[in-house]
Amino acid sequence: MSCCGVNADDVLALEAGRVSAEEILLASHSLGEGLRQLDLSVPDVHCGDCIMTIEKALVALPFVQTARVNLTSRRVSCVYREETSSGATDPSGIIEAIQAVGYRANLLAQADTQSEKTKNQLLLAVGVSGFAAANIMLLSVSVWSGADAATRDMFHWISALIAAPALVYAGRFFFRSAWSALKRGRTNMDVPISLAVSLSYGVSLWETAHHGEHAWFDATVSLLFFLLIGRTLDHIMREKARSAINGLARLAPRGALLVAPDGSRRYVAVDELRVGDVIAVAAGERIPIDGIVVAGESDLDTSIVTGESRPVSVFAGTEASSGAMNLTGALVIRATRLARNSLLAEIIALMEAAEGGRARYRRIADRAASLYSPAVHSLALATFLAWGIFGGDWKQALLVAVAVLIITCPCALGLAVPVVQVVAAGELFRRGVMVKDGSALERLAEIDCVAFDKTGTLTLGSPRLVRAETDVEPSLAIARALAVHSRHPLSRALAGAHNPAALLFDRVSETAGGGLQGAIGADLYKLGSARFACGQAIAVPGGDNALTEVMLSKNGRGVARFLFDDTLRPGAEDAVKSLQSSGFHTVMVSGDQQCVVDDTARALGLPQALGALTPKQKVEEIARLSAAGHRVLMVGDGINDAPALAAAHVSIAPSTASDVGRQAADFVFFNDRLDVVPQAVMIARRSARLIRQNFALAIGYNVLAVPIAMAGLATPLIASIAMSTSSLIVVANALRLARGNRPVARPSAATAPANFGVQTA
Amino acid sequence: MNMLIYLIPIALFMGAMGLMAFLWSLRSGQYDDLQGAAWRVLSDDDIDPPKP
Repeated sequence: MSCCGVNADDVLALEAGRVSAEEILLASHSLGEGLRQLDLSVPDVHCGDCIMTIEKALVALPFVQTARVNLTSRRVSCVYREETSSGATDPSGIIEAIQAVGYRANLLAQADTQSEKTKNQLLLAVGVSGFAAANIMLLSVSVWSGADAATRDMFHWISALIAAPALVYAGRFFFRSAWSALKRGRTNMDVPISLAVSLSYGVSLWETAHHGEHAWFDATVSLLFFLLIGRTLDHIMREKARSAINGLARLAPRGALLVAPDGSRRYVAVDELRVGDVIAVAAGERIPIDGIVVAGESDLDTSIVTGESRPVSVFAGTEASSGAMNLTGALVIRATRLARNSLLAEIIALMEAAEGGRARYRRIADRAASLYSPAVHSLALATFLAWGIFGGDWKQALLVAVAVLIITCPCALGLAVPVVQVVAAGELFRRGVMVKDGSALERLAEIDCVAFDKTGTLTLGSPRLVRAETDVEPSLAIARALAVHSRHPLSRALAGAHNPAALLFDRVSETAGGGLQGAIGADLYKLGSARFACGQAIAVPGGDNALTEVMLSKNGRGVARFLFDDTLRPGAEDAVKSLQSSGFHTVMVSGDQQCVVDDTARALGLPQALGALTPKQKVEEIARLSAAGHRVLMVGDGINDAPALAAAHVSIAPSTASDVGRQAADFVFFNDRLDVVPQAVMIARRSARLIRQNFALAIGYNVLAVPIAMAGLATPLIASIAMSTSSLIVVANALRLARGNRPVARPSAATAPANFGVQTA
Repeated sequence: MNMLIYLIPIALFMGAMGLMAFLWSLRSGQYDDLQGAAWRVLSDDDIDPPKP
């Protein structure tokens, strides 16, 4: 195709998103001795073959020292030499090598070291408390089997010595959280835990010093051990989701090509731009800042900004908003607003204003604790007073009261929620859904109304050819051969996966905002809007038609007409149907034109569809539904959906969503299919049921055990048996969630090759 | 009961060794990629060692 003005392969290769060597240098860090380490996120890796493919591709590069894929966090860490014998190296080859074997690779915005550190601290605490619990239990068993007098005292002292550092080291998570809750005048699950642990240790120490018979060191430490396991699982679940979601972050435009008055160009950071500065934006780049087009013509894909599915054509004098993708032509833009006042900043302000309902939500465990701790503490106090007043022996009264506290310590309660949620999150993960935190699962179980965005959520935001009207057969082939030269979404849809090499044009040129023209011999073919192709608007005015229209003309005479609509997301229909049949109220809130919205609503059977909504109106619609007593699940992806995602009771976004949309959502699904939404709701409801069952089990255990403790019959042996069994029962009940419902198809596995089929075509 | 003088320190020492082993494995990154490790053990060919 050397005769063509435009090389199709080059144009398509742009799609991969090139990253400059300077940006990579900024993202990598030096290891000394001329070595640098670069961490990349590769969201598509999912099995052992992926690991091998990527590592082999990277190690094959001459300047790469080592490369290691981390499958859990979906990252590659690559060590490379800054210089080889042939001069300075170009690290962008690393990203290209990964893309060449069929995986996306993104620079990591910044390594999230804080969370990694917390995880390691928690794991260390689990290790330390596990060690202490095992050793103390060993000594306690000897005491229970009959060690007495001096031997028993010695065992108690050794236990006290082991327990003290474990208590401080492993217990600090609970003490800190309990203290911060108490400081704000509230109570959470950690308050009764901290109280029971420290009181039981104190009383045991006092008993030991006075040659007492019962010491509770084993109960103290194994309690910490069990609870830390729950806490660590919870943390790992959240961290896994966070790292997967952060790894998707596309590079927001950090810089822009500034055009100085004298015509010279230089690359500056977006924050340095001032109002009135003129910047150049090439085709295939995102607009970095709000502004007015001064020169050039192009089409902008604003679907992620406004939800509008059709590209908007822009020319000198029209406005261009930041975040839109420049599709067909180079533009020169004069900045009208600073980056920090831009549309995105406004959206973030709206989001913060909207985030009321979620902050007010109290976790089910905390709600349980606010009932539980007063009940338990007053029971212990009553026991203490009763034994003191009626028995007269205040020391004995204190011992019995502490036994009540230990027996009622919410060991099973502390595990009841996190274990169920971790199992549910694992189940969702297998279906390609990430859960950001446990409270999202609790909120998802409560919803009764689902609001969908249209573009990018119910539809894929990419057009699909629905009808070709033509009188001459080869027209379709000619149109496809022309379309392959453009990156306009309609051209891409028309060209499809067909190999256009059979037809060669002598010249091909693209008119931004119009279409393509190509010549074969003396014949001039034009493909584009009716006005561009035929010279005047002859067909039905496309303004309020739900279908988008493209014309092909030969020497100015129209020969074919192609009609497009937006592709529905696979599974969208099933998702809507199954939600409706389960009794959910469904509604569509979209920023797209009303006629397009109505069309999609008809296709999906949605009873209510609101179009042409601004981000603020979307929030108001959500607020109106909430005020009517609904708990709303918002499913959306765009920048314009972000405030609504934040305002809703709970929200889900696809992984293709805008960065701000993904940050606002509670769940992110990595699957192309929308029917994961009803599945996620179902799993959330089942986990809520299991959590309630677990609470019932834990409370039932307390009802049995408390009278024994209050009667003064509880010994450390009884306490540890009761505690362990109740924990095991709760965990076993939680594991029922994962049983017998494996997903049929493997999610997300097939998406990586599919995305890259376009480039190799 | 004199044997306790030996046995208790031995028990504690063995427990401490276990704890040390756990701390070492945590610090040296053995738990960083549990899913990846499960796949790597199945792969036949090793990636080339660092080039000279």
